[in-house]
Amino acid sequence: MAIYSFNYFRRKLTIQMIKIEKLHKSYPIGKDSLHVLKGIDLHIKEGEFVSIMGSSGSGKSTLLNIVGLLDEHDEGDYYLNGQLIKDLNEKKAAILRNKFLGFVFQSFNLISYKTALENVALPLYYKGMARKERLKIALEYLDKVELKDWANHLPNELSGGQKQRVAIARALVTNPKVVLADEPTGALDSTTTDNVMDLLKAINDEGMTVFVITHEEEVAEQTKRIVRLKDGIIISDTVTSVAKAV
Amino acid sequence: MFDLDRWREIFQSINKNRLRSVMSGFTVAFAILLFTLLFGVASGLGNFFKTAFADDAQNMMFVRVGKTTKPYKGLQRGRRVQLKNTDYNYITDEYADNIQYQTARIYKNFSIKHKNKANTYSVRAVHPDHQFLEKTIIDEGRYLNERDLKSKSKVIVIGRLIKKDLFGEKLALGKRVNVNGSSFLIIGIFSDEGGDNEERMAYMPITTAQMMYGNNDYINQINLGYNPDLSTDAAIAFGEKVERDMRKKLNIHPDDQSALSVRNMAEANKFVGVIMFALYLIIAFIGSGTLVAGIIGISNIMIFVIKERTKEFGIRKALGAKPSSIVGMVVQESVLITTLAGYAGLSLGTYILSLVGNSLEEQYFIKDPSVSPGIVISATIILIISGLIAGYVPAKRAAKIKPIVALRAD
Repeated sequence: MAIYSFNYFRRKLTIQMIKIEKLHKSYPIGKDSLHVLKGIDLHIKEGEFVSIMGSSGSGKSTLLNIVGLLDEHDEGDYYLNGQLIKDLNEKKAAILRNKFLGFVFQSFNLISYKTALENVALPLYYKGMARKERLKIALEYLDKVELKDWANHLPNELSGGQKQRVAIARALVTNPKVVLADEPTGALDSTTTDNVMDLLKAINDEGMTVFVITHEEEVAEQTKRIVRLKDGIIISDTVTSVAKAV
Repeated sequence: MFDLDRWREIFQSINKNRLRSVMSGFTVAFAILLFTLLFGVASGLGNFFKTAFADDAQNMMFVRVGKTTKPYKGLQRGRRVQLKNTDYNYITDEYADNIQYQTARIYKNFSIKHKNKANTYSVRAVHPDHQFLEKTIIDEGRYLNERDLKSKSKVIVIGRLIKKDLFGEKLALGKRVNVNGSSFLIIGIFSDEGGDNEERMAYMPITTAQMMYGNNDYINQINLGYNPDLSTDAAIAFGEKVERDMRKKLNIHPDDQSALSVRNMAEANKFVGVIMFALYLIIAFIGSGTLVAGIIGISNIMIFVIKERTKEFGIRKALGAKPSSIVGMVVQESVLITTLAGYAGLSLGTYILSLVGNSLEEQYFIKDPSVSPGIVISATIILIISGLIAGYVPAKRAAKIKPIVALRAD
């Protein structure tokens, strides 16, 4: 009984948001196959702010795609929020993505003919929320990224930094468990990079698990934990000074 | 499955890509336009045929006689066959079930005179049923009746144009006219859709004519209206049976066409029916061919559109769009474009047909070309199905798009 309570509390305190064990992934290239991920073990707890570092070809994008349920792994286990991810069909994957994950991409990936507000509201549409309600919530999140005044502008009327903030609002609007950011500052200059990173930090401070992929040291250093990837394996996993300062 | 948000998404996407949507709808609009025009012209031809025969009842049969051209049963060729009242009664007795109307006819040309105005007119001596077989329209007074026949009255029903010739605008009904020397009472004035000749004609009781002009029981022709419940084929068979029986009764060689012939409107109806059927078949073939081309056109453009929107679908999927939602969106868009374009073609076609109206009747035998509501309804159903077909392949492609592939496509 006592042991049960102890385990219960331990689990409660340290929920494994992302648990990856012995993960392998290969891509077929003609007759051969390219072994991209060669046995990754990675545990990320709720509320962490993790960056995956690595040069191109290190497998970091593949890892993000698998974590983001945009791609399937070949071997190993992947638990998202305690749920084993296995044999997902497209429909189930879509539902899980909508429920648990928020995406931020390097190229923003806003829908060009929709206004900032409509873009932010789109994940709520797929959640099945009524129009009035989702537009109201979307506006709140736009306010959070300080773009309320730009709600009715189309993406091509916004600057790069503004677009990425719209994308972040869109990632947050469903109140996901994890925000996945793939090179979120890759297309931004240094000032806007800082803005976006400050925003991600603020989100993390509110308790959101944030998972960033980057090849920029300055960006990685602003996260709390850096996982370095090389040729499909983790070569280092360190806690940064930011985390120690907190 | 009415989903306002889905429609909003579709209208937004169509609105943002107007040119593309119009282009993809164009082929279908054109196909339906062509189909509407062809169909209208065909129905116009059909209408013309119908009214061309509308002068007489559609179920009419004529029994006519002439000179024999073949010797038969010891009788020489060149004999003039004469129909008599007994033949008329024979038909009444034998085929009562198959006959709706029956009349005999005697043709005469008489001078009809009123005061100082006189003219020669065709006069038909007939039975009362003649009115229905000839579709005679009584404008004033009445037609001949059984009592007139029984009493062999000297009464006459004159055509509208005879009245105009002899009486002008004055009252003619109840007046007397001199017909070939005898005084006849005008009991009715009629009109007829068969044209001026039919309206410059007079009818008198057949019994009166037989008594006054020859005092015999000769008749020139027997007209029948077969039972309208008979199918076309049954009516044709009935006509053939009457012809066989009458030949036997009048001792005529079975193949002697000039001695006795039965002209059956059922055959003409069948002929017109077959021609119209063939015409509609050709039009259906052309129309559906064009429509298929239109569907392929839309499908093609939709596939291209899917390619163009690959990234958008990838984003939507990353944000939680299920494959079914993507399929639904693409198919619905395709159905909407197809239906709208189809209706544009249909409306334009109907408008053109209404402009044409009856202007082509004289030269091209096209009367009141139009498309019926039934065609419009079936066109709607066909368009929706077409849209579904056109949208299906592209939609399946769109649903197969992998988000990672789509998001990589920069």
